[in-house]
Amino acid sequence: MITLDQLRPGEAGEIVRVEGCDGISCRLRELGFVPGEAVRFLCAAPLGDPLNCVIQGSRIALRGREAKRVFLSPAVPEAAGMVAATGSSNARL
Amino acid sequence: MKLATRRVVLVGNPNTGKSTLFGVLSGMNVHTANYPGVTIEKKVGRLAVPNLAVELVDLPGTYSLSPRSPDELVAVEVLTGELPGEPDADLIVCVMNATLLRRNLFLVSQLLELGKPVVIALNMIDAARSRGLEIDTDRLSANLGIPVFAVSASRRQGIDELRAGIAAALLPPAGGFEPGTGTATATATGGGSDAIAVASPAVASPVRVQRILPDRFYDACDRFSAEVQQTAGNAAPLPSRYLVERAILDRGGEAEKQLHLRLGVACGPILEATRGAIEADLGPLSDLECDSRYSWARRQVEGVLDSGPDSPHLATERLDAILIHRVWGMLIFLGLMFLIFQFIYAWSGLPMDAIAAVQDQLTGLVESVIEPGAFRSLLTDGVIAGVGSVVIFVPQIAMLFLFLAVLEDCGYMSRAAFLVDRLMGLFGLSGKSFLPLMSSFACAVPGVMATRVIENRRDRFATILVAPLMSCSARLPVYLLLITAFVPTVSYLGGFVSLSGLVLMAMYFVGVVVAIPTAWILKKTLLRGEPAPFVLELPEYKWPAPLVVLYRVWEACKAFLIRAGTMIFAASILVWAAAYWPSDHTRRHELQRLLEAEAAESDEQAAAWRAELQAVSSATLENSLLGRTGRTIEPVVRPLGWDWKIGVGAIASFPAREVIIATLGTIYSLGGDVDEESEGLISALREAEWPDGRPVYNLPVALSIMVFFALCAQCVSTLMVIRRETNSWRWPVFSFVYMTVLAYIGALVTYQVSSRWLG
Repeated sequence: MITLDQLRPGEAGEIVRVEGCDGISCRLRELGFVPGEAVRFLCAAPLGDPLNCVIQGSRIALRGREAKRVFLSPAVPEAAGMVAATGSSNARL
Repeated sequence: MKLATRRVVLVGNPNTGKSTLFGVLSGMNVHTANYPGVTIEKKVGRLAVPNLAVELVDLPGTYSLSPRSPDELVAVEVLTGELPGEPDADLIVCVMNATLLRRNLFLVSQLLELGKPVVIALNMIDAARSRGLEIDTDRLSANLGIPVFAVSASRRQGIDELRAGIAAALLPPAGGFEPGTGTATATATGGGSDAIAVASPAVASPVRVQRILPDRFYDACDRFSAEVQQTAGNAAPLPSRYLVERAILDRGGEAEKQLHLRLGVACGPILEATRGAIEADLGPLSDLECDSRYSWARRQVEGVLDSGPDSPHLATERLDAILIHRVWGMLIFLGLMFLIFQFIYAWSGLPMDAIAAVQDQLTGLVESVIEPGAFRSLLTDGVIAGVGSVVIFVPQIAMLFLFLAVLEDCGYMSRAAFLVDRLMGLFGLSGKSFLPLMSSFACAVPGVMATRVIENRRDRFATILVAPLMSCSARLPVYLLLITAFVPTVSYLGGFVSLSGLVLMAMYFVGVVVAIPTAWILKKTLLRGEPAPFVLELPEYKWPAPLVVLYRVWEACKAFLIRAGTMIFAASILVWAAAYWPSDHTRRHELQRLLEAEAAESDEQAAAWRAELQAVSSATLENSLLGRTGRTIEPVVRPLGWDWKIGVGAIASFPAREVIIATLGTIYSLGGDVDEESEGLISALREAEWPDGRPVYNLPVALSIMVFFALCAQCVSTLMVIRRETNSWRWPVFSFVYMTVLAYIGALVTYQVSSRWLG
């Protein structure tokens, strides 16, 4: 199992769990970081943090510290299809 | 028949076009105020509906109704009707972003648990259609059991239908929504969740409270309520059913605190026992809610949404490839910041000069009509100067908010925060604080107002408190005057770098260098708490809506003029009075009269009168309350290398820093009409002497004054805006005290060190 901050630009994974029950992890869950959802990492900010990713169709930026709490199972078939469709434009970022 | 006012509350996620819809529905006839004790703005408009008086309330955009701060709790209490002094909501209109249906349904699922009628405005339907998303609104309405209206607020589509739908939902059952099909479908697809009917006191038709979480959770909540009621007795009423559920679900959340406050600590063990029982039965609480709500949302959109996988917005992806690119993105960002800074700093000079000219003309007019005396002085030096000192800020505020509103509404603002978030980590702040701090270099007043984009209260307050440390344009005249007079003209690198320029730059750095540890310490002490989650949505780019942009600019100017302006004005009058009384102004007014009547027989006599007038003006200021205070505090300012005249200047410049120049002009008998380029003032400063003949001003004294002005809070406008934005007197008082202490220490160290070092 890997965490969201370990993905390379354009890669996707399926959320297994989000660690913690504090305000930050609750906000992440509210924004759609729930088990079973596919999440795709787009790019990091110029200074390396925060990270920009797509969840449930919306772009959400979160810091690496928070991304470490999102556990993923990599290379989901349907998510991989999503990467193939749109990943190329982001791979350049 | 006169009907009672009905209240409709508008809620929705951020980036759903809610502000635009609010503007379209209310026709921009809006009244804003603050809810008591918190910093969230209460925006109330009128909704034109036949035969009904309808009040439309706009709540700040939110992703959920899980209150984690007092501000968020107020928003929830407005919806549940528990906020003291606020009428109950009769109808909730939830604005949804049609392109992010599933995510937006999370909030809807919480709204449906409130037991209030809900109507959905499915906004940005045009954007969804243009991306090939087909949404079956009838089916969605049937699934949810509530009316759904497809609208496009920016294109004014579907507004009349929505308005009629709101009216129908507010009117007695005959005209109301018939949830016949809706109930059946919702129960069928609801997967075991049943709906209970409660009679809403405001609307006659029964409103269904949806049960999104497993039934066993609600049973546990009921048991908890019963048990707590038994322990606490009937003396302390429980909060609403929804807030009890929240108290159980949100560990350490605001609802839990509220429960403790109402029922005492006795409910603590019961709460923990209830949570334990639920977790043993249904798994971790933190997962329970979001999993249940999202699987509910997935069921609601089944057969409603006709599209493949989540399709990204192509134009947004292409723009982002440039705008958040590690090189181009940063360059564009810096360019934009420069442009904004240039606009506020340099190009608002034209309207500001115009305001100053009008002020001069008015003063001239008053002087030509009224005889010299206390009343005229009050009008010119008090009223006109006071009003002028308020109005002079309006061009800068309008300019900044025009930029902010455009950048915010088109979706760039969150990208800017994304780009500089790491950098702002130095301050212990997030990327959202960058723009307010950056605009404070032009003027802290619009800068403090711009902190409204920061949702986290502690981050927002830390930003507000350090914003006045950024060197604003009002400090520039002070720097320029003293640098011109006392910094030797030395240049380095073949004339490319001058010492004056370096000193000026150093003054701009002083504020930033001090602000970093200040913000950091504030975040560790007064404003400590759970670190703010930096979770930021980067919305799709869109064209800014002129209605929203213009309204933001108008609102900012109005709020400043009315709320802060009156206080600034009052402070100006007070300082005027302190500088006027209790001196004897007879001779001064007589001289003024003679000069204005052009009664002099020769040029020499006129010049003599003018010289006497300046001497008398200087003497009256010296004898005034202000002058006496200056003398009293001289021992305090002596370690800074100052004489009492500089002390008076510092006190008199409390309404605004630049006033020190006019005050010094008066003290040095030059009349008030001097500016930083006046040869007279520069030479007067150079020639000023202590009683023993040593010059008062030298480089260390000049540096000490500059450092003092770089760090002090000598700006009544900023303090009043802080009061307005924090909704409390505590913070402006704190700002003033901490900045004055910092300024004093800074000036002291500067003087003591530099006078030894520079001799």
